[in-house]
Amino acid sequence: MTTTSTRAPAVRRPAGAEPRPWSLLRHGLALAGRSITKTRRNPGVLLDALIMPVIFLLMFVYLFGGAVSGSSQEYLQYVFPGVLVLTTILTGQLSTGLSIVMDMKKGVFDRFRSMPIARSAPLLGSVLGDAVRYPLAVAVLFGLAYVLGFRVETDWVSALGAVALAIGFGFSLSWLTVLVAVLLRDENMVSTVAFLLPFPLVFGTSMAAPAETMPGWLQAWAEINPVSHAIDASRGLLLGGPVAEPVLMTLLWGGIALVVLAPLAALAFRRRM
Amino acid sequence: MSYAFEAEGLVKRYGRTTALAGISLHARRGTVLGVLGPNGAGKTTAIQILATLLKPDAGRVTVGGLDVVHDAARVRRLVGLTGQYATVDEDLTGAENLVLLGRLLDLPRAAARSRATALLAQLGLADAGRLRVSAYSGGMRRRLDLAAGLVGRPEIVFLDEPTTGLDPGKREDLWATIRALADDGATVLLTTQYLEEADALADEITVIDRGQVIAHDTPAGLKQLVGGRTIVVRPSDPALLGAAARAVERVTGRPVEHRHGGALTTPAESAHAFPDVVRALETDGVDVAELALRLPSLDEVFFSLTGVTGSASVTETRETA
Repeated sequence: MTTTSTRAPAVRRPAGAEPRPWSLLRHGLALAGRSITKTRRNPGVLLDALIMPVIFLLMFVYLFGGAVSGSSQEYLQYVFPGVLVLTTILTGQLSTGLSIVMDMKKGVFDRFRSMPIARSAPLLGSVLGDAVRYPLAVAVLFGLAYVLGFRVETDWVSALGAVALAIGFGFSLSWLTVLVAVLLRDENMVSTVAFLLPFPLVFGTSMAAPAETMPGWLQAWAEINPVSHAIDASRGLLLGGPVAEPVLMTLLWGGIALVVLAPLAALAFRRRM
Repeated sequence: MSYAFEAEGLVKRYGRTTALAGISLHARRGTVLGVLGPNGAGKTTAIQILATLLKPDAGRVTVGGLDVVHDAARVRRLVGLTGQYATVDEDLTGAENLVLLGRLLDLPRAAARSRATALLAQLGLADAGRLRVSAYSGGMRRRLDLAAGLVGRPEIVFLDEPTTGLDPGKREDLWATIRALADDGATVLLTTQYLEEADALADEITVIDRGQVIAHDTPAGLKQLVGGRTIVVRPSDPALLGAAARAVERVTGRPVEHRHGGALTTPAESAHAFPDVVRALETDGVDVAELALRLPSLDEVFFSLTGVTGSASVTETRETA
């Protein structure tokens, strides 16, 4: 260890300078790079988000497919668009909240908070950095489904639209786990919410079976459940059928979730100071 | 009056626990302030308020002339923080951590890299820069934490127990680095549980206990206040303890106060007491296993400042750390 000078001429901006307007995005992206490096080093964190949808897909198709549709193949076509939405929602719920709790508990966020960066940049960084997981999870799911015999019945532009819509929707809802993480700061609570939330939201829809076959109360819930729109839109884009209205409703609900949850999470995060 | 930072009447409560009960801290520019206190005294809370991580419930705090609550963003440009709660990322390498912090301080990529390389070299981590932090030893981790606080070349550096858990050799390396910071004109606030550390580094020392300042002085003044140094003699044969005590008493002219565990201790009141004791022991032919001149321990400092035994105070307050 040497004791050479640690204070060469100052490199920072003058004390009076205000942060540039782009600082939130710039710092958010720098921190997203950190999250991506972490994911690359611990690919295991991706497995939750990959394995659960794969298990659901196999279970639905081979366990229930015959009973629901009379043929596994036919049922695969029916259930896949819903599993696509389930995958993006689970991907959003299963990772970001937990990594935020760990960063808060270990003190990594306190290091960032002691620095002159935009207050919400660490949150934005975590959410953006985890966004690489959506295309990965969707690619694995699509690959498996194709091997099992799933075929897009529309065209690739619509299929890409279905993927983009599902990812956007999952991303918007992921701010819920961010909010829960910032408010509760407890990994067990965050896991529980992330694990339980998808059941009413994703399964209380026409994902696995047509709503007409359900009891009245569940049908009523499926009617008003925002995820129903996302699944209808996914189905329309992948298999054909009505598209405009469900896509619009999905965008609307996703937008509402984003506009409400993201600022609430950022506010809760800033208020910790 | 040119204080680099100044806290007055600082109060912080957590529910019914009062962490800070109106403390005042200040340091002139370019000096090192040592804040000495046991676990739970409020050292960390005070540093977190100065570093804008916590808001005080009452009191006025300025850093670089800026209010830490209303001007927090500008305060963050002036300060560097090192403490175990503001940590680096274990999944990244040492170099990656420092480059990221440089990027967050708006250094261009190349400048962030060269700053990281220079800091790693300065702290003896040049070879460890490529390792993930999870593989670091405690000492390496402490040095990287210090580097993390220095990326932005801060004018004011807050070091919260920077050497706790380090071996003595590593501790002195880190002391040299901290001294270099002050020599370059930075103002340093250093919290510690070791009087020895505060004595080695600080220009002034504030002693706090249970959220209150119980003394503020220069290291020399503080030592005078708490009774200066102590001579410890441990004869090689416990049977010689009586002979050792007689030799020591002849020098100091007062009875030996403590005699336990095969060793005796006595206050060293004058500068030549120690060499005189050495000679007296030699004359009397008392062979010693240990002969030391040491600073009062934190326990003794607390005993003389509060009249309460330090160890009791340490144990009682540990829960609220």
